[in-house]
Amino acid sequence: MKKTVLSILFGLMIVPFALGQGYDIGDEAMNFRLKNVDGSYVSLSDYQDEKGAIVIFTCNHCPYAQAWEQRIIQIDKQFDPKGYPVVAIQPNDPELAPGDSFENMKKRARKKNYTFPYLMDETQEVYRTFGATATPHVYVLENEGKDFIVRYIGTIDDNYKDADKVEKKYLAGAVNALLKGEKPEPQKTKAIGCSIKDKKK
Amino acid sequence: MTLTLGLLALGLNAQQIPVYESFQEYSHLLNKKNDTTYVINYWATYCAPCVKEMPAFRKIGKEYAGRPVKIILTSMDFGGNVLKRVRSFMERHQIRSHVVVLDDPDTNSWIDKVSPQWSGALPATVIYNKHSRKFHEGIITYEELKNVIESKMKQL
Repeated sequence: MKKTVLSILFGLMIVPFALGQGYDIGDEAMNFRLKNVDGSYVSLSDYQDEKGAIVIFTCNHCPYAQAWEQRIIQIDKQFDPKGYPVVAIQPNDPELAPGDSFENMKKRARKKNYTFPYLMDETQEVYRTFGATATPHVYVLENEGKDFIVRYIGTIDDNYKDADKVEKKYLAGAVNALLKGEKPEPQKTKAIGCSIKDKKK
Repeated sequence: MTLTLGLLALGLNAQQIPVYESFQEYSHLLNKKNDTTYVINYWATYCAPCVKEMPAFRKIGKEYAGRPVKIILTSMDFGGNVLKRVRSFMERHQIRSHVVVLDDPDTNSWIDKVSPQWSGALPATVIYNKHSRKFHEGIITYEELKNVIESKMKQL
């Protein structure tokens, strides 16, 4: 009896921790409404006529984000027409990372001709709920009857330094698999990136 | 005074910074089986939280000098002039610890080998000896470092 009570207690304790880990493959992504660099607000639900969305937590200041930036633009050009547009979200607190202020985001999006929204996660609740840890961090979401289901989590490819030396295009591979009705392989990858600058940490 | 400073600068400059272009060549640093406790930090000169925790490593380095504790600062720097940037950073921050550069861009293939707990965000620290290892992601404080090092040293 004691054991049962204990295991129930432990069970209850573990649940909140599990939730704190962010999304895993198969989870339904939260809807969000965030301010875009053009002054409009963008929600995930705005994409309900698409096959899915490529949500990328990225920023201005991080050298890894900068190294992959051009490839993110290419990914959007390649997959937006196929129903998987890029939605970029800047998760850093600008007080901790001044390069990532809303003004600087606007400048960068304009200068680099972003073809996709670049949103400010002002309360940092979106990145925390997704469980993003670094920039850039990618979540491929598949639209399943208006629910956006997480199908791929991780990095863009296997060489941040040199686009010409990429051998494994993880992100493009994942989206192509989904377009064919297949499961991405791998579903999860990791990459070195800049930790997200959180005002609470 | 000038001479001492000069020698000091010379000494710092003289430290060889090995560059590992593949994780395979680097991985022996994570798997030493001797009586030393290793503190392996992953950082970069452009990483603000990494720079912030550097004084803790400097302090630990001084405190454990002459004892079986070895700090290896693994720089993830990339772009032009990596060695020059890393070297001038070490001089500016008066870092005497061993510094290496890990330059294997297929990071997905090796992050789990450092620790399955590591998301890939910088900074990160592994403290290990032949008996056990501990992983820490994010800024580590002097007190945390000292606690883990002390408990690891007791195992030896």
